[in-house]
Amino acid sequence: MRRRHRAAAPILVLLTLALIGVLYAAVGSAASAQASNEGATTNAELIKQGQQLFAEGCSSCHGLGAQGGPEAPTLVGVGSAAVDFQISTGRMPLAAPNAQAPQKKVIYTDEETAAIAAFVASLAPGPQIPTDEEINYEDADLVEGGELFRTNCSQCHNFTGAGGALSNGAYAPDLRDATPRQIYEAMLTGPENMPVFSNETLTPENKQAIIKYIQNMDEQASYGGWAIGSLGPVNEGAFIWIIGIGLLIGAAVWIGARVR
Amino acid sequence: MSVMNKLGHQAEFLDDRLTVANWGKRNLRKVFPEHWTFMFGEMALYSFIIVLLSGIYLTLWFKPSMTEVVYNGTYTPLNGIEMSEAYKSTLDISFDVRGGLLMRQVHHWGAMLFIASMTIHMMRVFFTGAFRKPREINWTIGVLLLTMGFVEGFAGYSLPDDLLSGTGLRIAEGIMLSIPVVGTYISFFAFGGEFPGDEFISRLYGIHILLIPGIILGLITAHMLIVWYQKHTQYPGKGKTNDNVVGYPFMPVYMAKAGGFFFIVFGITVFLSGVATINPIWAYGPYVPDQITAGSQPDWYMGWLEGALRAMPNWETTLWGHTISWNVLIPGAVVLGVIINLMLIYPWLEAKVTGDKREHHLLDRPRNAPTRTGIGVMSLTFYMMLLIGGGNDIIASQFNLSINAITWAIRIGIFILPPISFVITKRICLSLQRRDRDKLLHGRETGSIMRLPEGAFVEVHAPLSDNEKAVILSKTDITPLPWPEKVDENGVKDPQYKKDHRWARLSHWFFSDNVPKPTAAELAEAEAHIRHSAAEGAPVIAHREQLEPEGGVLHDPSAVEAEKEPVTK
Amino acid sequence: MSEQNTPDVEIEAGAVEPDGDIVLPDHHPRRTDFDPRAAKRAERQVSIMFTLSAVFTVAFVVAYVMIPTDATFPVPFFGTWSASNTALGVTFGLAAFFIGAGIMQWAKKLMNDKEVVAMRHSLASPEESREEAIAVFQEGVDDSGFATRRILRRSLLGAVALFPIPLIVILRDLGPLPGNKMFITSWVPGMRIVLDVTGAPIRPADIPVGGIVSAMPAVLPAIQKAEGNLNARAKDVVLLVRMNPDEIRSQQGGTDDEPWDYEGVLCFSKICTHVGCPIALYEQRTHHLLCPCHQSTFDLADSGNVVFGPAARELPQLPIKLDDEGYLVARDSFQQPVGPSFWERG
Repeated sequence: MRRRHRAAAPILVLLTLALIGVLYAAVGSAASAQASNEGATTNAELIKQGQQLFAEGCSSCHGLGAQGGPEAPTLVGVGSAAVDFQISTGRMPLAAPNAQAPQKKVIYTDEETAAIAAFVASLAPGPQIPTDEEINYEDADLVEGGELFRTNCSQCHNFTGAGGALSNGAYAPDLRDATPRQIYEAMLTGPENMPVFSNETLTPENKQAIIKYIQNMDEQASYGGWAIGSLGPVNEGAFIWIIGIGLLIGAAVWIGARVR
Repeated sequence: MSVMNKLGHQAEFLDDRLTVANWGKRNLRKVFPEHWTFMFGEMALYSFIIVLLSGIYLTLWFKPSMTEVVYNGTYTPLNGIEMSEAYKSTLDISFDVRGGLLMRQVHHWGAMLFIASMTIHMMRVFFTGAFRKPREINWTIGVLLLTMGFVEGFAGYSLPDDLLSGTGLRIAEGIMLSIPVVGTYISFFAFGGEFPGDEFISRLYGIHILLIPGIILGLITAHMLIVWYQKHTQYPGKGKTNDNVVGYPFMPVYMAKAGGFFFIVFGITVFLSGVATINPIWAYGPYVPDQITAGSQPDWYMGWLEGALRAMPNWETTLWGHTISWNVLIPGAVVLGVIINLMLIYPWLEAKVTGDKREHHLLDRPRNAPTRTGIGVMSLTFYMMLLIGGGNDIIASQFNLSINAITWAIRIGIFILPPISFVITKRICLSLQRRDRDKLLHGRETGSIMRLPEGAFVEVHAPLSDNEKAVILSKTDITPLPWPEKVDENGVKDPQYKKDHRWARLSHWFFSDNVPKPTAAELAEAEAHIRHSAAEGAPVIAHREQLEPEGGVLHDPSAVEAEKEPVTK
Repeated sequence: MSEQNTPDVEIEAGAVEPDGDIVLPDHHPRRTDFDPRAAKRAERQVSIMFTLSAVFTVAFVVAYVMIPTDATFPVPFFGTWSASNTALGVTFGLAAFFIGAGIMQWAKKLMNDKEVVAMRHSLASPEESREEAIAVFQEGVDDSGFATRRILRRSLLGAVALFPIPLIVILRDLGPLPGNKMFITSWVPGMRIVLDVTGAPIRPADIPVGGIVSAMPAVLPAIQKAEGNLNARAKDVVLLVRMNPDEIRSQQGGTDDEPWDYEGVLCFSKICTHVGCPIALYEQRTHHLLCPCHQSTFDLADSGNVVFGPAARELPQLPIKLDDEGYLVARDSFQQPVGPSFWERG
């Protein structure tokens, strides 16, 4: 697989160039900039670009060959999905070693992320970045998604996906600001302490259903009014003590106050 | 006048049969003292009425049944899922009955307010010593009401049969199982077999809507009759004594204020229910024993017991083929039992320690009972530690802390922080007492500095107002229990000696470091001093009159030192 | 001190006047007391509040009739709310609030605000009343013969003491006796392990290293249907996890020939041994399993032993193997009861 892949690369370059030439002629000057951009990022070049970016931004911890280091795991065989997840959520590159990589501002562009992912994927086969069809959850079963979510996800990520605590400072992050692709990649690759949900035990359809449920929870109305963070009874208790008792005591003080 | 005539006619009808005139003439103008802290109990009463009313609406639609049905309704994310009829009917109330969601939220927010109001009411009663003779019985009723509130709230939390409900019941089952000897039987009888069975919700329903509300209503009635009969306590102030009650008449002022406050509490509760979600059961999903959500918590009033369960070390003993789960039994049953019982007996305990058998209608200022105030703050610290422990996962995830670190902080802090808070509180109270004494003897510091003719600078002290004086003088100094004699004058050994000695020691500890209130002689001397300095510094006084229109006293630091000596005796 | 509990009070609070009369603080008249225009204004204020309340009550009915239950509206920063719930709550709430606020303004501004004094009387009855009461009571006791007729008294007390027994006995049929139910589950040798929600059987290859699967015995749906309750589900559910076999430090049983795992796939009960919450917060790097209810933490790589929290017992492990078709099945039933401890467990 790997050998054929390498052998095929030059041919692929030629084919792509030819295809782009045809497209260039057909679409005309208006699309020229975009087309040439695409042309520049053929797979081999992408991998090369990725290798360079990896050497600059990742290799100090993960090693030049992504073989891992004393503080960082090997990336050989993690696949492009894991790389895309870690970089597109801003978890990598890591600012400082911690109980868990926090989400930060994303520093790589989509193209750069794709390049690094392609480089890491080229080292050894691993889970691929899901295609647009794979994460298309439009036709997924919302109800089944809910059941799967409550059985497999809510124990860590809470009933609305608001996240929760794990042991020793680790935590399950808030899912409501994650993209469908990131959620899919997380289930597929099991980043950090999250377990892996393989495509055999949680089929792509199951994953799409879960994504649909999470998206639905995020989009659906908070019917009863302010959801107070969707964190359950702790916040409700804080609300009733601060706002509820606060208002009632305010009223009592007003009633007891003398009028001039 | 015609209104009066008509009313008179109806009153005559009633009086002929029920002697209402006799009652009315004594009670319609009954005097109630006014203070905002006296309304906490009303808050609890009104939120209970609100919960009762909204609960009646919910019973019209709720089906307390664990029969499994398939949902096909308005909330599409649950369509086609098997769930209990209880959960389904709760969904229907939330999504299909107009105003149903509002009633659910009024019921739940109201219940949280009910218990929160009882809590602050109880705190007010404790810290002002209102539980003392003759009100010990009402304190006891209050503790029972609070306990019933916990049970009733937990039952209500469990009824909708959503994921949180079932998780709570599962924990309750675990606690039942931990009871030695009979635990397994209790669990099997309660659930009609194994957990969760198909009977528990309908059984709990009867308890939730009939048995416990009945008990609460009975206790509330007794509570209020006693308040009415004994007349309300009052804070100290000018004209207020232990033998009178100063305030406004029941009719019309308190009728209006109490009635109006009901509508205000009602309005705030319903308004909050219109704008803030509580317990979105649709988001939790139906109870399935193998599903769970992060942040599974009880409602706030059970949070401290949850915290105790979380912080408890994992002790378990197996002896002769039998298991005692101390890790569940102690936090789940023993802590609650011990604390409720301590609260129940506290008024008698304190009376025994102080030897105080008088009636008290004038409230204590918390500073004037430093040990009691310290015990109260210590208990609240203990409670808060457990409450924080009950939310350790939410705190950990929201503030980026480690659950394990929080749990260890609670395990250690629960033994260290309460005593520290006791000592700090007691010291603060005692220094406030000292300040009161200073104020009484030297007047209030005005902040104006004056220069005497000989060049010294002094601060002008103003005399206290009558009201301030009355408030400070309301402190009653009680002598601790006397040390018992080992052998009486006839040479007979006192068999009670050891016991009495222990109580006396407790009593001396309770009153330790008390700052005595000035005696009449000391007060008179202080006033003489004021007159004296007024005569000596006539020109200064004249000048001072300009600064302090209501009159002030010169504060001479050396005079203070001289006066302080007798104080410590 | 002649009597131990007599306070050495020489100055009674409040009794600051030398003649002992009760003097209340001066009454400061309110604006509405002396200015008829202010009083009129207050009256208008109150009546406006009452009118507002009536308006909100009507608005409630309008909202009830007009707004469908599924209508929603966006609230900036606070999400999207149900229009019906918010409209009903706000109108009803304000209708009540304005009645209350109006009455309160009325009481505060227009009703008499001069404090009055009432005297308290000792709650204890006078001594002669007490004596009379005792005498009357004694008369009643003598009349009844309760004190003198000992046999009557004792047999009555005995009968009354026994009387509540039926009330307790009759509770017996609340539930069956536990029997051995706490000790058994549906797991028997050869029982297939299937996916929790979908019911599909599982091959070891389906679970990657670091993976977790919520599973149940294949027979569970049928039992659930037959029994019509969730009792079996509350005991039988398990978790499958897979780790590198060399990461497994210990297991609760098994021999080299008959290991309890299958090539690094381990099966544990999903019910916490503390108070029975389903437990599934699996951290794949540390192999720790955390309970979301009370944070008991179990190390699945080390026999499921407790490493933190209030649980006292290891998480029971289910021995597993492959069947002829290559699916995971139970090698044996659970070797210890699942779920929380109980008295008879031992």
